[in-house]
Amino acid sequence: MSAFDPAVLERHGLTADEHARIVKTLGREPTETELGIFSVMWSEHCSYKSSRIHLKKLPTKGPRVLQGPGENAGAVDIGDGLAAVFKIESHNHPSFIEPYQGAATGVGGIIRDIFTMGARPVALLNSLRFGPLDGPDGARTRRIVEGVVAGIAGYGNSIGIPTIAGEIAFDTPYGRNPLVNVLCLGISKTDALIKGRASGTGNPVYYVGAKTGRDGIHGATMASAEFDDKSAEKRPAVQVGDPFMEKLLLEACLELMKTDALIGVQDMGAAGLTCSTCEMGARGGSGTEIDVRHVPQRETAMTPYEIMLSESQERMLLVVRQGREAEVEKIFEKWDLHAARIGVVTDDGLLRVKNHGAVVAEIPNSALVNDAPVYDRPSARPEYLDQVNRLDGALLAKAPSANDALRALLASPTIASKRWVYRQYDHMVRTNTLVLAGMGAGVVRVKGTSKALAISTDGNGRYCYLNPRRGATLAVAEAARNVACAGGVPIGATNCLNFGNPERPEIMWQFVEAVEGIAEACRFLNIPITGGNVSLYNETDGAAIYPTPIIGVVGLIENAERVLARAFTQPDADVVQLGEGRGELGGSEYLKVVHGVVQGEPPELDLERERALIDVVTRAAAAGLLLSAHDCSDGGLAVTLAECSFDSGGIGLTVDVPADQGSTVPSGSPVPTLFGESASRAIVSSAPENTSRMLALASEAGIPARVIGRSGGSRIQIAVNGTVAIDCSVAEAEQIWSSALGRQFAGRAA
Amino acid sequence: MRFAIVVFPGSNCDHDAYHAAEHVLGQDAEFVWHKETSLQGADVVILPGGFSHGDYLRTGAIARFSPIMKCVAAFAREGGPVLGICNGFQILLEAGMLPGAMLRNRDLKFHCEHVRVQVERTDTPFTSLASIGQVLRLPIAHGEGNYYAEPDVVDDLEASGRVVFRYCDERGQITSDANPNGALHNIAGICNESRNVVGLMPHPERACESVLGSADGKLLFESVVGALAVGGQSP
Repeated sequence: MSAFDPAVLERHGLTADEHARIVKTLGREPTETELGIFSVMWSEHCSYKSSRIHLKKLPTKGPRVLQGPGENAGAVDIGDGLAAVFKIESHNHPSFIEPYQGAATGVGGIIRDIFTMGARPVALLNSLRFGPLDGPDGARTRRIVEGVVAGIAGYGNSIGIPTIAGEIAFDTPYGRNPLVNVLCLGISKTDALIKGRASGTGNPVYYVGAKTGRDGIHGATMASAEFDDKSAEKRPAVQVGDPFMEKLLLEACLELMKTDALIGVQDMGAAGLTCSTCEMGARGGSGTEIDVRHVPQRETAMTPYEIMLSESQERMLLVVRQGREAEVEKIFEKWDLHAARIGVVTDDGLLRVKNHGAVVAEIPNSALVNDAPVYDRPSARPEYLDQVNRLDGALLAKAPSANDALRALLASPTIASKRWVYRQYDHMVRTNTLVLAGMGAGVVRVKGTSKALAISTDGNGRYCYLNPRRGATLAVAEAARNVACAGGVPIGATNCLNFGNPERPEIMWQFVEAVEGIAEACRFLNIPITGGNVSLYNETDGAAIYPTPIIGVVGLIENAERVLARAFTQPDADVVQLGEGRGELGGSEYLKVVHGVVQGEPPELDLERERALIDVVTRAAAAGLLLSAHDCSDGGLAVTLAECSFDSGGIGLTVDVPADQGSTVPSGSPVPTLFGESASRAIVSSAPENTSRMLALASEAGIPARVIGRSGGSRIQIAVNGTVAIDCSVAEAEQIWSSALGRQFAGRAA
Repeated sequence: MRFAIVVFPGSNCDHDAYHAAEHVLGQDAEFVWHKETSLQGADVVILPGGFSHGDYLRTGAIARFSPIMKCVAAFAREGGPVLGICNGFQILLEAGMLPGAMLRNRDLKFHCEHVRVQVERTDTPFTSLASIGQVLRLPIAHGEGNYYAEPDVVDDLEASGRVVFRYCDERGQITSDANPNGALHNIAGICNESRNVVGLMPHPERACESVLGSADGKLLFESVVGALAVGGQSP
């Protein structure tokens, strides 16, 4: 018989079976504090209990991989004795409840993951999903968007890490479950990477940073359950961020890491003190003993339970070498931080929590970290697919003119310029940003070397809804292609897997399909996954989000002078299409914006061709043959071409493209050619004297390449098979595109 | 030439100013911690951008109490060139070394983008190599850059020729549309009566290399190096 009421277990998100497992592990009933500790460590958020068996399918090894999954962040070798350290994480649930703080603390959390590895954070990116800005819930969505953007800005700008790129899409299923995924990239010396482990019996355990309050208790458990109307009542489970405190921690920790006094460090993120103590102990094969009496507290009468479960922000746990305490404390004092010695590393493998000397919890670290339950949850193909995979060709009979369709697409918030957003982000601080926000993949130079890193986050929930496996492979391909279009050779990836409730077989099916799709694409493109995050239970009142795996890919640019952006740089350049379309409209932005449907199959992906395309683009870029490069994706060829003219200073284009072959829609219509979203394509421009060399590179690699026209003039003129289909001035098109998003907010009541 | 870059705990453009002075200009640059009580023989002092103490109160409101600020004030009194960039400008205002105050941007949002400013005075050490009316393309990155001062203070600034930089459009026109934050009279930067202390909201240190989108900001650093070489005098 359980000593705990079923209601208590339910409140802790623990099943009866899980409780029995705890009793078996301990050989007794847990104390209340122990129950709390198990509940957060065995939550979906911390234990990955539903996803773990599938995540094993991801390729995580490669010659450049210095650190794969399992540490605070992954790391890849970029040469010159340096490593790129990066990871993506979600803060979806908190951002719905309290958009500003939810997003801000998401940024704070991922930054801590990077500098605890010993890396100086140099760039932030984010992938955001919101509901439609119009319609019945438009006002609420606009309020969430404003809060999330301000929160990301407030934290990143203050701490001084540029937010250099990202992507945002708006779609109905995210209306009551927005997604806020944040990626941080840092640079470290390869021989100075720090691990999150506690070792060396007798070494002191320090707590540094903000004091512990009652905020965020059970945040990890909250992130492991669906939402309902009562979610607003969970606001106390959202933490409040203090970027200045984090700035102090960042600088002090980086200073400390230059000494050899530090053994290991971990931030207190989800599950706070609990997670950091037991994970560091488990990784080091050690015990960790702390007395909560020494934990700095900002509220009175906090219980050991509350102290262990608090998710107050900006706190770090450190293990330092015995005898070096004074040196360590002096560094933190310089930064006006108090380093509190709260415990010691032991050799018994136990997490022992004391309160004024009395033991209140004693649990094997490995039981909390490695012995969490693992579920192979049932999965089943959802029935909705039979409906949505059929594309109604009759729709296209009602197609508007191509000019009007282009205007509609350019005004769609998903495609429109995100300047209203990124203007609020300091994207230039640290003076490394070589490709300004909004111009393609983010690119930062690596000072002291000739290199730069390109980075992109991508994912298309609509594609994944229609076909999770293919949608996920397309996400990998698009992120890799975006990085390649900046001139970067993809060398590593991180993923953030946003899905609904895994206890529903159809959601689990989406998840498994997507993970297998990512694994296949990453293996084929030779891009190891070095870490990431899984966010499940993205549902409100039983309505799930689109399955949305977000892939962040890091690419290496050997010569920072050969960086490319999407916009034309000069008139009279040859405009070249690499790859070819197949008129694939399934899941397209066109179908959604113009016809209001999400239908069909997402574009097919030939990974062999994708790999060859990436190779051609990066080789041509490295050889200095290209002036600009832009990946062809949302909105298809027409939108891609228009975007080459935007932010170019008004350089237009005149092109004539052959009609796509193989489309399932009526022949004669230019729509599939102009707005289909076939993969493995890019639009590049080159000075005429370089074009033939570029075409030769493509030909060698078996990539179809064709000069479709020239840049120049002040109009966007696109013909299909010789017949002009689109003809509008750059100024008009750019005005629509650049003002569409901001107009949703300016002068409009939130 | 020795540049002292003052580092407050929340400074975040300190490395950028250092990079510009040391690596782009090829001068000597040193970080000076805000708790120090000496500028270590600096020829030029830069108060860099950032959020000096988090700036939850008012930007720069706490930084002015840092021990180093007494040295900066003394250095300025003796005629040493001091440049306050963004948060550094805000600190100079709070410290009373320049007049006026900063309000939140007109639209209450943080802005990070390239803007244009016109150089109105070349009789400061940081604009000595510029020409009057020269238009510079510089980035801004601030939430509180909406310059305000009492009318008589602004009149005095204008009358004494102490507005050094003004937001303008591409052709050098001073328009409301070219004003990114609502600053009075499009004021982007000013100087003190002795003209050796200059504060501006845009970030010249972010615009010293063309790969970053503009190299126009280099002019301020080259100017002070040139001015000191000619003057040969530093306190």
